[in-house]
Amino acid sequence: MSKKGVNAPFYSKVDGGIFMREAKVLKRVLYTIPIMLAIAITVFIFMRFTPGDPVDIMMGKESMVSQQDIELLKKEFNLDKPIYTQLYIFLANLLKGDLGKSITKGVPVIELIKETLPATIELALAALTLGILIGIPIGIISSVKQNSWLDRSIMAISFTGISMPSFWLGLILILIFSAKLNLLPSQGRINFLIYIPKVTGFYTIDSLLAGDWEAFLSSIRHLFLPALTLSAPLSAVLARVMRSSMLEVLRNDYVVFARAKGVPEKLVILKHAVRNALIPTVTVLGMEVGALLGGNMIVENVFGWPGIGRLVVNAIFDRDYPLVQGVVMFYAFTFVMANLLVDILYTYLDPKIEL
Amino acid sequence: MTIKNGIVPAKYYEVSYKKSNLITNLLSLLGKIKKHPTALIGMLTIIAYILMAVFAPFISPYSVKYSDLSARLLPPVWSGGTWAHPLGTDQVGRDLLTQIIYGSRISILVGFLTVLISASIGTFLGAIAGYYRGTVDTVISRFADFLLSFPFLIFAVGVMAVLGPGFWNLILALTFKSWVEFFRLVRGEVLEEKNKEYVEAAQALGRSNGAIIVSEILPNIFQSIFVLATLRMGYMIIMEASLSYLGLGVPPDIPTWGSLINSGRNHIFDAYWISTLPGIALVILVLSINLFGEGLRDILDPRLKVEGSE
Repeated sequence: MSKKGVNAPFYSKVDGGIFMREAKVLKRVLYTIPIMLAIAITVFIFMRFTPGDPVDIMMGKESMVSQQDIELLKKEFNLDKPIYTQLYIFLANLLKGDLGKSITKGVPVIELIKETLPATIELALAALTLGILIGIPIGIISSVKQNSWLDRSIMAISFTGISMPSFWLGLILILIFSAKLNLLPSQGRINFLIYIPKVTGFYTIDSLLAGDWEAFLSSIRHLFLPALTLSAPLSAVLARVMRSSMLEVLRNDYVVFARAKGVPEKLVILKHAVRNALIPTVTVLGMEVGALLGGNMIVENVFGWPGIGRLVVNAIFDRDYPLVQGVVMFYAFTFVMANLLVDILYTYLDPKIEL
Repeated sequence: MTIKNGIVPAKYYEVSYKKSNLITNLLSLLGKIKKHPTALIGMLTIIAYILMAVFAPFISPYSVKYSDLSARLLPPVWSGGTWAHPLGTDQVGRDLLTQIIYGSRISILVGFLTVLISASIGTFLGAIAGYYRGTVDTVISRFADFLLSFPFLIFAVGVMAVLGPGFWNLILALTFKSWVEFFRLVRGEVLEEKNKEYVEAAQALGRSNGAIIVSEILPNIFQSIFVLATLRMGYMIIMEASLSYLGLGVPPDIPTWGSLINSGRNHIFDAYWISTLPGIALVILVLSINLFGEGLRDILDPRLKVEGSE
């Protein structure tokens, strides 16, 4: 029986037509709109709660400014208008991609985000890749060698990994690889003597585009420790989930049948088991995106990585509220989008799932 | 008890089918934990940490405010230091052992309080939403969904940025979102329990909805809440340390592991102990809590799945 023969009638009758999946996806996409709106309004309300309005902070307490200047500035920030008008202006600007202006740097927040975003994405992608490359294979190995010493030690290490704050792990890695062994740099994205022309903003790619091997090596060396730190909790969780879902899948009849048929064990594991065990792992991966975003803020601070996370923490200490709000909102939007992507990906992996 | 003429007094029935009380429940739980080695180790370590936090003034070698500028950056005893400062001193000459002992107070207190408050709020709202359904359920569930659209740490950092450092601000920032986990658990469980016979029986007896929730349903799902609370506590302690590390926790004059680790960051090349040792204290505590939590889950509620660090 062909796969199509099984699935086609099932879809058209039970699910109410072949466009059902697309309709679900569309519904899920539309659902993000009220969420985003709620995020924006919350951030706006929080901004009203902050002690002192932007003008006070800008002027400082003891600066010699006339009342007139203050009024002018208030006008510039629309603080003289009623609150609903302010909210309206805020939301309208947001639609145009205008997140306000940084107080300390005097440039639009969106420009600062654009400037630091490539560094953050480069780090996050590297961590995601490392996490998947480490977590999934060791989860598979652990399940295949269930209850062996290897399995037990892998699980013990991943359990410790979950119980460990990433900033401390980062410092320990710096202590070992930078301070003691002097192998890898502990701060920054690239050797500060190296200049590479900016194309994508990803130093690893830009250095390759420029054909500069020394720069490429330097950026990889700088990237390794922060990416490893950020990926540690991810790989620990992925290994645990992959192991338990593999153990579940391996008990299924079709695995037993494949083995009985004489399919080599390697193929049973790789072709039959892993593919099915990956489905719950994808959900967890989606849940971990939030941890990755939060962790990135910490890790960027430990390693002096000039990304969004360091931008926002510095902004908090500078009391640069528009910048803080802008970045927090940006983080939340990214998280919503990431969850949306994972959910959509999920429907294609497993059509039975309701969004 | 005397039985006259074969008639059993009414009291006897009451005693015999009364639900087992809290103490016997706890004792039987302790008996099960004893047979579960990792849960036992976890529990004993947690007790040791609690004792350390409570008796901090009596066991720490120096006063918490003590600092000796002439004894800065002294190494711990195994790296050539002296027993005067077994774990060495930091950059302003404070005894590291004392600081670590006192640091346990904030971690444990914040972990315990945030979980207690979020479990209470989450259970209350979850029970209401699951039992009554309707508009109440929709409103709370939508709000919970909305809170979930912020990554936890980012949300806490945003709240702390607005509120400023402070113990209760920290508790507020952490509980603001973490009740959602308990809400989702309790709501789901109540939805399931609601249709069981014992609830229908209680309804038929004319008991009020409030009484049914509190004295019939909640005792049956308490175990799941307890397991989740334990597992969340380790996470909350890590979140507290992360905020303190960023300088967004309690005011800087109160010692915490997170701020100690942060203060040693610039000395990682010449005085490794300032950052590493408080971190070890933290990891051991969180590890013990997680071991205990996983053990409890094995014992009490094998169905409950808590995966992921977010």
